[in-house]
Amino acid sequence: MFAYTIRRILLMIPTLLGVAILVFLMLRLMPGDIVETMLREGGGNVPAHVIEQERARLGLDQPIHIQFISWFGGILQGDFGASMWTGKPVLYEIGTRLELSLQIAIMATILAILIALPLGTLAAIFQNTIVDHVIRVISIAGLAIPSFWLGMVIILLLLTFYGWIPPLTFTSFFKDPWQNLSQLIWPAMAVGYRYSAVATRMARSSILEVMQEDYIRTARAKGVYEHLVVARHGMRNALLPVITVIGLEFAFLIGGLVVTEQVFNLNGIGRLFVQATTRGDYTMIQGLVLLVAVTFIMVNFLIDMLYAALDPRIRYK
Amino acid sequence: MIRSSFAVAMGVVGAALLTTALAAPAKAEEPRRGGILNFAVGAEPPNYDCHANTSFAFTHPVRPHYNTLLRFVPDNYPQVEGDLAESWEVSDDGLTYTFHLRQGVQFHDGSPFTSEDVRATYDRLRNPPDGVVSIRQASYADIESIETPDDHTVIFKLSAPNAAMLSNFASPWDCIYSAEKLAEDPNFPRQNILGTGPFVFEEHAAGSHWIGKRNENYWDPERPYLDGYRAVFISGAPMVNALSAGEVLAEFRGHSPADADRIMQQLGDKGVRQESPWTCLLSVALNVQKPPFDDIRVRQALSLAIDRWGGAEALSRIALVRHVGGILRPGYEYAATDEELEALPGFGRDVEANRAEARRLLEEAGYPDLSFTFTNHNVPMPYTPVGVFLIDQWRQIGVTVEHEQLETRLYTDKLLGNELEAGLDFACDFMDEPSIQLIKYISADKSAINYTGSIDETLDRLYEEQSRELDPAKRRELIREFEKHLLTQAYQFPTIWWHRIIVHHDKLKNWHITPSHYLNVDLADVWLAE
Repeated sequence: MFAYTIRRILLMIPTLLGVAILVFLMLRLMPGDIVETMLREGGGNVPAHVIEQERARLGLDQPIHIQFISWFGGILQGDFGASMWTGKPVLYEIGTRLELSLQIAIMATILAILIALPLGTLAAIFQNTIVDHVIRVISIAGLAIPSFWLGMVIILLLLTFYGWIPPLTFTSFFKDPWQNLSQLIWPAMAVGYRYSAVATRMARSSILEVMQEDYIRTARAKGVYEHLVVARHGMRNALLPVITVIGLEFAFLIGGLVVTEQVFNLNGIGRLFVQATTRGDYTMIQGLVLLVAVTFIMVNFLIDMLYAALDPRIRYK
Repeated sequence: MIRSSFAVAMGVVGAALLTTALAAPAKAEEPRRGGILNFAVGAEPPNYDCHANTSFAFTHPVRPHYNTLLRFVPDNYPQVEGDLAESWEVSDDGLTYTFHLRQGVQFHDGSPFTSEDVRATYDRLRNPPDGVVSIRQASYADIESIETPDDHTVIFKLSAPNAAMLSNFASPWDCIYSAEKLAEDPNFPRQNILGTGPFVFEEHAAGSHWIGKRNENYWDPERPYLDGYRAVFISGAPMVNALSAGEVLAEFRGHSPADADRIMQQLGDKGVRQESPWTCLLSVALNVQKPPFDDIRVRQALSLAIDRWGGAEALSRIALVRHVGGILRPGYEYAATDEELEALPGFGRDVEANRAEARRLLEEAGYPDLSFTFTNHNVPMPYTPVGVFLIDQWRQIGVTVEHEQLETRLYTDKLLGNELEAGLDFACDFMDEPSIQLIKYISADKSAINYTGSIDETLDRLYEEQSRELDPAKRRELIREFEKHLLTQAYQFPTIWWHRIIVHHDKLKNWHITPSHYLNVDLADVWLAE
């Protein structure tokens, strides 16, 4: 297991290197220039030599391979460079937004689990009854309704009926929990609903499959109470695919909630991604892509570890 | 008898009092000290340097920390008054500007403000050191020397008369910096805020908000009235919702007519709506280096096809454009009157005659079925509606146009590159001053924002002459001549001038709209009602 863990960690390196090269090259293939955008956006009559001076300051006049070596060399030393737009460290810009994105991801995941597991189980147990049909309607609606649209409806309802909208700026949970939750519960609900729909469907089909197994029939034959059959024998085996779905969705939530963040005016990673892309802020985009790549790799790794914990048949060598 | 006489007397006194009360003018609201102003800003400044920025995203949160030498009078644009300058004189030949500075002014770190700070600031503006960006360097090219005979006098000597100079000294971008800090690091203002303004910098939460608090040592002891302000970075529908809910009291750039109506509807009698013509314009830029736009007949035809008068009326209902004008904002002292405009190519009222002429020109030029790609910015307001309007107008003369809407970086790249055929260009400067507004139209080798590639010595000459002409009547004639020549050549021609609408909560008092969204944003004079 230890050897497996080390191997997985070492495998991250070529994966991240590949991601870094790919994103670096793709960005430089795109037309547009951050310096022109920054200095000419407001229509300023900026002389050409000023543009060239700024390009040189940002290292954009260097050959591509020099730019890559300079940047990647910094990465290896933990220096992700500075944003080409603001001049502030990339890690600082990401760090100020990461807490919010992480919190929404966690809250949405908790909501999703709290909704999906009970509903998925009930739908499986009461298969093809009115309970099952109602739960399936709820989950299909969750799949069909875009979370950003749901967010817009939530905001409009709050505004229309209460003349109130959630706080506009982020307050850390550790500073003021009430202010924090009054802002983030709404996007967490909008995102969590869709998230739970996916997990509910997966939980239902997974439990249905497991409940057909021989060991379930044996447990029933032994006279085990039905709720214990489901909870002790069924759920544990049915959870594996559900964990995969929840894990991958969680990874997506870090940086993937672009439109939802716009709707709720959340200063998160998703919005930073869009801003950086619009501006052509190469260092920022590169840093964000690496962050997302690391997140996905780590989440996948943790899911695999959880698999091993839940299913003793799974042992990594 | 006595009782009835007393009653009559009391009645007379009472009537007199009542009459007086009814006839007396309503007492003006007294400014109230205190409160934090929350307002929205649609974008965030990339850095903190006034001299290196061009966007409202900078001026709205950052300007309250600074003063300039002069400023535009908040409720009497374009009149100018002293900011850090208490008074000034201009020599008769227009070559010497002497400013007498306020005394007892301090920077926010307690260091005293002197004439040396003005000199250092303007040296930085006109001759930026290596690594420093000064976007408006060309505006100060005529400054030959800056003298500081004492701590509170600064004398600018020009190499030639400059009709725009006084306006330039009132530019909201000319924040006065500390000479001491600039000597330590010429790029100090890029990441640091140290001004003399009514508000001290407190916090910038990246992507979230900006906070300023009252400068308790401000040189005007009556100001500012606010305890502080919080600028929240928010745009689009969330901003409209925030205004409607009163979470922010204002947004100082401008709203579309639909958003303004919606906010007013939500706020009801708590909403205040202010409107003004805007110093912003979208114009059609034709790449004269690329056929068929190297042919003057094609260019003229495209301008003649546009029904500006009808379009202004229709578009004003859905977009923030409204005013028909030439190269200067209609209503400005040097702008063409409606009668003068109607005599210019493309501005006549007889649309059918104009379009018949346009078709004839295209036929003569050999392009009866002209088609091209029109590059636009993918910003809904007002670029998209104006772009769609133009394409419709050209369709009336048989021209087929593909509407290419690009996001900011690609749009800027296309305007600057050789691939451009025709595009919707924009101009939005801090005031109407012709030397600022007309620079877009001079030769491409002299103007970095002329995207047509045109070289025209007549325009260059007329631009130079009007910039030196201190007699208003003569200057006006030169500008009219410039305008007529430009619109005849039609390298670039105006569409419809913008119209600024601001809706704010009535708790915000004493804020006055100006034709530029870069002005009147230092918040020194505004206050909050209970």
